[in-house]
Amino acid sequence: MPFDSFQDFIIMGGYGLYVWLSFFLSFVVIALVALETAIARKSLQKKSQQLQNRQQRLAKRQRSVSQ
Amino acid sequence: MWRWLHPYAKPEATYRLVEKLLPWFAALTFISLVVGVVWGLAFAPADYQQGDSYRIIFLHVPAAIFSMGAYAGMAIMGGIALIWQIKTAEWSIPAIAPVGAALTVVALLTGAIWGKPMWGTWWIWDARLTSELILLFLYIGVMALYFAFDDARTGAKAAAILSLVGVINLPIIHYSVEWWNTLHQGATITKFERPSIATSMLIPLLICLAGFLFLTISLVMMRLKNEILRHELGRPWAQQELEKN
Repeated sequence: MPFDSFQDFIIMGGYGLYVWLSFFLSFVVIALVALETAIARKSLQKKSQQLQNRQQRLAKRQRSVSQ
Repeated sequence: MWRWLHPYAKPEATYRLVEKLLPWFAALTFISLVVGVVWGLAFAPADYQQGDSYRIIFLHVPAAIFSMGAYAGMAIMGGIALIWQIKTAEWSIPAIAPVGAALTVVALLTGAIWGKPMWGTWWIWDARLTSELILLFLYIGVMALYFAFDDARTGAKAAAILSLVGVINLPIIHYSVEWWNTLHQGATITKFERPSIATSMLIPLLICLAGFLFLTISLVMMRLKNEILRHELGRPWAQQELEKN
C-alpha cells in the first residue's frame, strides 16, 4: 500500500484537493443522470394514471349516454 | 440471426429483454467500480513523475473512452433506425445521448482538474481538448434536434443523420494527439504495441474501464425503458408495467 496512514491517503501527496474534487464532481454528474432518469419514470407513472382515469371517465359517460 | 433479432423490433419484447438484463449490468457496474476505484485510489503505486495526482486517470480515461464509445453506439443505432426504420433503435438515440454527454462532461472536468497541477492550466485550446468539447456539442445537438420537430419520427431521423455525420469527430479525437502538437499525452493503452503503463496501474485501470462500460450500458438501459414506456403509454402492457411500483 503506497500510503502510511489514513491522513496520508486524504492528502494524496499534496494533490488531495484535485483528486478528491475530480472524483466528487464525476460522481455528481453521473448521479444527476441517474436521478433524472428515475424522475422521468415517476412522471410517466403519473401520466399513465391520468390517461387511465380519463379513459374510464369517457367509458362511463358513453354508457350513460347509450342508456 | 434475423429470425432471432426480429422480435426485438416490437417495443414490448425489447423492454422485457432490457428489464431482464438491467439488474445484472447494475450489479456488475457496482462491483467493478468499487473494486477498481478503491484499488486505484488506495492500492496502486504512486507515479514516479506525477505523484498521486495521476490517480485521476482511473476516472478520466474510462470516461473519455466511453464518451466516444457511447457516441459510436448511438451512431450505429442511428444507422439502424434510418435503414430498417426500427422504432426501438430511434428511441435509443435520446436514451444514449444524455449518458454520452455526461461521460464527456466527466472526461472534460477530470481532465481540467488533472491539467491544473500537471500543466499549470485548467484549459488550453489544443486539438484533443477542443475535439472532445466538440463531442459534447454534438451530443447536445443530437438531443436538441431529436426534440425539435412536432413529428417525433422526423426528429428521430434528423438526429440519426446528425449522429452519423458526427462520427467523423471520433478518429479526430483519437488521433489528435498524434496529428497536432498538444500538451495532452499520447495513447497509453489503446494502441497495438505493449501498453506503456505499469501492470500495477494497468489492472485497476482495466477494472475501471469495465466498470464504466457496465455503467454506460446500465444508464442507457434505464433510459431506454423510459423511452419505450413514453411511446407505448396508451397500451395495456405499459400501463400494467407502470402500476407495478
